[in-house]
Order: sequence, then C-alpha cells, then structure tokens
Amino acid sequence: MAERVNAERFISIEGIARRYPAAGGSFTTIFENLWLQVPRGEFVCIIGHSGCGKTSVLNILAGLETPSDGVVVVDGQAIEGPSLDRAVIFQGHALLPWKSVIGNVAYAVSSRWRKAGRAEVEERSKRFIDLVGLKGNEAKKPAELSGGMRQRVGIARALSIEPKILLMDEPFSALDALTRGTLQDEVRRICKSTGQTVVMITHDVDEAIYLADKIVLMTNGPEAMVAEVVENPLPADRRRDSIHREPDFYTVRNHLVDFLVARSRTFKDEKPAGYDPRRPPLVRLGEPVAPPPINTIPFPAVATARD
Amino acid sequence: MKSLGVRAGLLSVLLFVVFCAAWQLAVTPSASTGPALDPEYAKLMGISTAGAKSAMPGPLDVAAKLWDNLKRPFYDNGPNDKGLGLQLLYSIGRVALGYALAVVVAVPIGFLIGMSPLAYRALDPFIQVLKPISPLAWMPLALYTIKDSALSAIFVIFICSVWPMLLNTAFGVGAVRKEWLNVARTLEVGPWRRAFTVILPAAAPTILTGMRISIGIAWLVIVAAEMLVGGTGIGYFVWNEWNNLSIANVIVGILLIGVVGMVLDLILARLQKRVTFPE
Ligand SMILES: Nc1ncnc2c1ncn2[C@@H]1O[C@H](COP(=O)(O)OP(=O)(O)OP(=O)(O)O)[C@@H](O)[C@H]1O
Ligand SMILES: [Mg+2]
Repeated sequence: MAERVNAERFISIEGIARRYPAAGGSFTTIFENLWLQVPRGEFVCIIGHSGCGKTSVLNILAGLETPSDGVVVVDGQAIEGPSLDRAVIFQGHALLPWKSVIGNVAYAVSSRWRKAGRAEVEERSKRFIDLVGLKGNEAKKPAELSGGMRQRVGIARALSIEPKILLMDEPFSALDALTRGTLQDEVRRICKSTGQTVVMITHDVDEAIYLADKIVLMTNGPEAMVAEVVENPLPADRRRDSIHREPDFYTVRNHLVDFLVARSRTFKDEKPAGYDPRRPPLVRLGEPVAPPPINTIPFPAVATARD
Repeated sequence: MKSLGVRAGLLSVLLFVVFCAAWQLAVTPSASTGPALDPEYAKLMGISTAGAKSAMPGPLDVAAKLWDNLKRPFYDNGPNDKGLGLQLLYSIGRVALGYALAVVVAVPIGFLIGMSPLAYRALDPFIQVLKPISPLAWMPLALYTIKDSALSAIFVIFICSVWPMLLNTAFGVGAVRKEWLNVARTLEVGPWRRAFTVILPAAAPTILTGMRISIGIAWLVIVAAEMLVGGTGIGYFVWNEWNNLSIANVIVGILLIGVVGMVLDLILARLQKRVTFPE
C-alpha cells in the first residue's frame, strides 16, 4: 500500500509558497498554498503565462531555491537542497564554456560516480553524447555548437547521471521550429523508453500536448495557483506528423488555449464550486467529469464515438 | 597585394630607419657650427674640431655599446661593473619574487573576498585607500622595518602587484554566472571541487587581466626602486651610467628595460589567451 502511495505521489508538492519582499515592508506573493502530485514515470508539463512563477516552482523542485512556505516531498523524503537525483535542464543551456562537449558531460558523470575510473567516465559520457546524436562533436567547445546542439549537450548531461526526476525549464524555447521538433522527438523517445519521471515547463501548447501525460495549468500571477490538471487524452503512440489528426487533439488544444487566453486571468474570481487548492481538479477531456444530462450529446462527440 | 602583416612590418622598419637617420643627423654637428668655434679654444677644452662629436651619442654609438654589452652579458667586476645581463637578471629575480609572493597572497584572499559579499564590503575601504598609494612611498617604511634594501625592493614589488590582482580576483569570483554555480549545485559538487572546477576557470580571464596589469606595474616600479636602493639591477645600472656620464649606456639600459617589459607582458598575454574561453 505504502509502495502505491509513493508511486502515485512520487513528487508531492505540499503547500509551497514563494514571496518576495515588496516596497513598504510588505510582501508580494507569487504563489502560495500550491499543491501538486506527480506519479512515478509520468511526463508532466506546466504551462502558464510569463511571470506566474513556473521557474520558481521548478527551482524549488530542483532544490536550488527554498520555498517561503511548505515542502516538496520526493519519493517519501522532503527535499533539502539540490540533489543528483533531480537533474535540471536549464533554459539557457548552462554549459561550462571552458569545457568541451565531452568535458561537460563527463563533469556530471564524475560527480555522480565519484570513484569511477577515467575510462569508465569517458565511455559513459560518449554513450550519452551518441544518444542525443552528437557523435563526432565530443571535442568541440560549446561556442562552436549551434543552439540546438548546445541544448542536446544539456540533455545528455542531465540524462547521463540517471536521475530519478528530470526537470526542464523551457528547454526548447530558444530554438527554431525544426530543431525544436527533432529534439522533442528525441526527448520523448528517451523518456518513454526509460520510464523517466519528468516535470517540464513550457509556453508552447503543442509541445505540451505532444510530450505530456498530464498538463498542469497555472493561473496568472501574482498569487498564481494550479487551476487544474488536464489528462492528455491522446494515445501513447502519438506521432508528431499525425498528431493533429488525432480525434481529441483539437479538444485538448482548444481547452488549453482557452485557458491561456481567458481563464488564466479570470480563474481567481470565478473559482468552480468546491475548488480545493490541495486537490486541483483532474480534467479528463472527452469524458466529462460529471455525468452529463441525458438529453445532451457528450462533448466532444467524436471522442465518445471512438470509445 | 601583400598581407596587412607584411605591409605593417615594412612600415615599422621604414619608421625605424627614418628615426635612426633623424637621430644620427641631430647629433652630428653641422658644418656651419664647426668653424664658429675657435680652434684654439676647442683645443683648450679638449675637443677636436675635426669631426667633432656632441656628447649625445648617435644610434651607431648605441648599437656599438649594445653589441659590447651583449657580447659579454654576465661578467662581474665588482659592485660598479657588472654585465648588463647580470643586472637584468637581478631585476627580473626581484620582480619574480615579489610578484610570486603577491600572487600567492592576492589570489586566495581575492577568492574569499569574491565569495563573501560581507568580506567584500568590510575590506573595500581599506583596499580603496591602500591601492592608490605610490609603491615607492612604502620604501622608507620598508627600509625601516625590514632593514634590508634588497628585501625592501621585493616588498615594494609585492605591494604594488597585490592590488590589481586582489581586486580582479575578487571581482571575477563575484561575477561568476549563477547558472554555472547552479550546475555545480545540482551535481552536488563539494566546495573545493566547485572552487577549482567552476569558479577558478570562470574567473581565470579576469584574474589574468589583473596579473597582467600587475606585472606591468611591477616592472615600472622595480627600475625606480633600484635607483633608490642601489647596488644591483637594471635601475641601478641606468643611474650608475648617468653618474658615469655614459649616455650611450643609459640608452642601452632604457632599450633593454623596454624589451624585457614587453616580453613579460607577452608571457602574461599568452597565459591570458590560454584561459580565456569564448561564450
Ligand atoms: N528576486 C526576485 N525579487 C522579486 N521578485 C522576483 C524575484 N525573482 C522573481 N520574481 C518575480 O517572481 C515572479 C515569478 O518569476 P518566475 O521566473 O518564476 O516566472 P516564470 O513563470 O518562470 O516566467 P517566464 O515564463 O517568463 O520564465 C515574477 O513575476 C518575478 O517578477
Ligand atoms: Mg521561467
């Protein structure tokens, strides 16, 4: 039983807050009383407008910042500071520019396995450089790489330490559409094949739909909250080139865009009855939460037809 | 079309030749001034009117003197007659000692100051007051306390090299990008390893800039310090040759001071280039 609870709440964000001192001795609350659970092996995307506190949440998960209130429990243990169990892929790649590609990855590997021999570290670093498709670029310095290649090194570095959790802060936002697509494919392939637990922040609705198992919607700051958690109804074997033909694609997409356009702003004042910040509603699109009145067509029709 | 480097080199040579020619012309007494001097008077004064030379040596005299000195750089005929090479070695040795001492002191302390905003704030007023003091102003105090002129010169080198390195190290360490430190933190890198694998390489270009400024100042100061302290060294050599009224030797000394200073700067520039990383 305890096993199961741990798997369901592999990451458990419990009432965290982030406040900054404001002028006049008061505080600005970026968010407070924020609760969220992420089961083991799940890919979760957090979306929300700029400035709502997504990076703060991720940094707290990483242990780089301590919350003003509340705790984060990972695998049954409250986190205190950064850990090799939680790898971070930073928004601005954050490679060490004086180290080569392999040097950057090896730095992580040798930090994870401190007693590992040189050959072992090198072999492992090479394997992960291959995995992200950078074979042959081991000796290059980050300055000699394109933006996409740098982000790949960041991914290789994060994956090479076999973290329990992968945390990503808008990893692809600085890339062109084509590169972004390829990298999304790779990240999805790698994470699916290893059952990696991932929390990723993004601005991009389509990216969230393609990658995530669950999408967390954050309302606008200040005093942002988790409005709801949307379960992604698309099949697990979805493919980038045909995703827009999935029956539920536009249902999810419209739901997310509607949220970003309107509800992220108004949610605060129009909270649904029974909204409990401790248990943000889990929304299953295409399968209405409450049983629908008998004389209405279930929404959306296609989704039900398929079932 | 020749490359810019070749053309610049040719121009340099040309400028040098023109300069030497002008110099030679300036020191050669013109025909009109010659006969104006009464030959009898000239004879009395010990100057030969035929092919008279002014006291200011020309480039050829200096070249000859330079050649003389380069032929036997390391002879030692007692305190007032040593080879130029030997004198230079004395100066370089003093600079090396004082400078090394300054590196050993300034870099670690700068590191600590850079890591701690509190230390930075607390020490800043002292550094701001001590930094602009001319290093030679320390000389009497050094002579009084150390009671050894050779050591005092080294101390003066130390005190003048320490500030640029201290400030640059502190600044470089304090300005290490937060994201790099966060990388180390998420990898659970310990403080020592972090200092050597992240902070030091990240701050190295700034530290080397400080070291380069310091070596320049140190070389400027050693010449003055040796003129004061006397005994050995290139500064003393120049002063001694002035007392001997050997202007050609003074010019040779000046030339060599410039060349050594350039070489020292080049060495530091090399090192700086090696630790600089493109972003
Ligand atoms: N040091 C600070 N002092 C005061 N306010 C801060 C500080 N750091 C962040 N904030 C505020 O906290 C809020 C959340 O910042 P955060 O970086 O988490 O936003 P975000 O959701 O990641 O935005 P983006 O999508 O633009 O990256 C912002 O409104 C920002 O102004
Ligand atoms: Mg952000």
